[in-house]
Amino acid sequence: MPKDPNFQKIQIVKKNYMHNKKIITYAEAINEALNLSLKKDKNLLCFGLGVGDPKEVFGTTKNLKKKFGDKRVFDMPTSENAMTGIAIGCAIKKCSVVMTHQRLDFSLLAFDQIINNAAKIFYMFNGEFSVPLTLRLIVGRGWGQGPTHSQSYQSLFSHVPGLKVVMPSNPDDAKKVLIQSILDPNPVIYIEHRWLHDQKGYVEKGYKTKNLGKGNLLMSGKDITIVSSSFMTTEALIASKILKANKIGVDLIDLCSIKPLDEKIIIKSVKKTGRLLILDSGHNFLSIASEIASMVTSKLFKNLKLSPKKIAMPDFPVPTSYALTRNFYPGHEQIIEYCEKTFKRKIKYRKISKNINHDVPHEEFRGPF
Amino acid sequence: MKNLSNNTELNLYFSILRIRKIEERIAEEYSSWQIRCPVHLSVGQEAIGAPLKMIFNDKKDEVVSGHRSHSHYLGKGGNLKKFLCELYGKKNGSSGGRAGSMHLTDKNCGFILSSAIVGNSIPIGVGLAYAKKIKREKGLVLIFFGDAAVETGVFFESVNFAILKKLPIIFVCENNFYSVYSSMKYRQPNKRIISNMASGLGIKSVNVDGNDPQLVYKTYLKAKKYIKKNNGPIFIEFKTFRHFEHCGYLKDDHLKYRNKSEIKYWLNKDCLKKIKKKIVRKYNEKLLSNLERSINKEINLAFQFAKRSKFPKNTDSKKKLYA
Repeated sequence: MPKDPNFQKIQIVKKNYMHNKKIITYAEAINEALNLSLKKDKNLLCFGLGVGDPKEVFGTTKNLKKKFGDKRVFDMPTSENAMTGIAIGCAIKKCSVVMTHQRLDFSLLAFDQIINNAAKIFYMFNGEFSVPLTLRLIVGRGWGQGPTHSQSYQSLFSHVPGLKVVMPSNPDDAKKVLIQSILDPNPVIYIEHRWLHDQKGYVEKGYKTKNLGKGNLLMSGKDITIVSSSFMTTEALIASKILKANKIGVDLIDLCSIKPLDEKIIIKSVKKTGRLLILDSGHNFLSIASEIASMVTSKLFKNLKLSPKKIAMPDFPVPTSYALTRNFYPGHEQIIEYCEKTFKRKIKYRKISKNINHDVPHEEFRGPF
Repeated sequence: MKNLSNNTELNLYFSILRIRKIEERIAEEYSSWQIRCPVHLSVGQEAIGAPLKMIFNDKKDEVVSGHRSHSHYLGKGGNLKKFLCELYGKKNGSSGGRAGSMHLTDKNCGFILSSAIVGNSIPIGVGLAYAKKIKREKGLVLIFFGDAAVETGVFFESVNFAILKKLPIIFVCENNFYSVYSSMKYRQPNKRIISNMASGLGIKSVNVDGNDPQLVYKTYLKAKKYIKKNNGPIFIEFKTFRHFEHCGYLKDDHLKYRNKSEIKYWLNKDCLKKIKKKIVRKYNEKLLSNLERSINKEINLAFQFAKRSKFPKNTDSKKKLYA
């Protein structure tokens, strides 16, 4: 049971120290992935609003412009739609592109290019051109980000044939999956949560990749399967450790990749536990959680001891006010509450002190974003 | 600039006539309902696509276009058989029947792609030009679009970036005054001159009669020179007129969205008529009829080929979703 469920200190790490690993933040891991990829591929481009500015997208693009020149790494005009099209034009000429949006919400301006071009070109032209494009979309949360700076639309993107969607939850995956997304000849939507940027973890050194479409089994237990991704995995880890201390075994699956979805790892686990709880950082209706619930119900109906449960964002926009956002985001408490009902027993744990602000990832965090 | 040589003029005539005949043949065949996709015929606007192959490099100079792209594809040297097979939805089509008339491609002649969404291929062209710069490739990019595309936001965004990065691009606005049935007066302020508007953004711009084949040809030459010298983009507005309906194989003048005098004025100014007048004075009838016969023969063979070609397998539709 964590003494202080201060999110920053929650790390997905192996306990034994290994010489080829180091501890860095999620943001630093992204920076390292970009650095290594730009070094490896001389035609790789990296652009987006803020990429070359003094804050360098929360440090994720730190020093890249200086190192690789402003032809390859640059801040761009506020033209999200055209710049996405320009990225696609570059990509079909085999200049791969990593484009960054400091908020996922900004990429919505480019839906024409993302859906009608990036996702279609390989299929529509019968394989004549591929589109090696990675879109880094950052999901905001807290400090009054409000209705249009905190949307998490993984389900919208996953609906589109031709796109891949990934949501790594820890620094090691953040690095390896980003390198792999850049290498992938298809458009990949790489969704990162702002509250993960400061989290630290062990990261393997060097140019390392991880296959897209592979989930992680973070904890193993026989009583319930919890499926999560991105920042929800942080909450799931807190809850799972508490549950374990209360003798409830959790199979914790961190999806990492939403599309393609690692169905095997989920099926294998639910066959064992017979119970499924799915966490989603998007709105509940037509969510990734809904899709997984449907998949499991249709394939494993007989194995289920009870119906799958979804815990997701409510189906209304994220409000801005400090008062209105209290209890908006579900977290480990909701997971535990559900398990108390399911297993019909009281679960003991120390609740977060009321003095801790609900709208920041950790107490050192200050806005504005 | 001096006049075109006789040989160039004859080639230009040949190219315009060839595109006209292909397009008219598509219209003729359409009502047998074997071409089962929307077609946006270029008839009336051929002078703009016809000279591309004569002026620009096959592979180094690349082209993207919009929904009315047949004349650009054919003018740049796009494969006729693959084009027709694509319209007929056949396996031998440029995209194996997946794309149809609105999404053409032929890498071998530098025709990269056309798109069905107004304005949507403009930034793709700009991206091609940026990649050229990164890879230090020679050549330029021609981006074709209509008068409605300049009403989209992505047009301004794309031109802005092209100017900012000094990219080798010829933006070609084919102004036929109508977006489907909607005339300019519903879409843009009275007395707007598109090329002046572009020029206000800071791009060198010219406004040219797109129905005068000689003038169009010379404008392209000048644009090519300008890019070489100034290392930056240029914008051309060609005024022109479409003869067929917006989409389909018929005429739509009975709908009265264009007035009679306007139609008469433009039909009189038809690009094929104009160049033919000059050509018949210079060449004997026999040479010209031989030329026409060779075009007819090529077209007959290509249509036969397309009709006889096989359809793709139905199960192929699932394949090649990801690279």
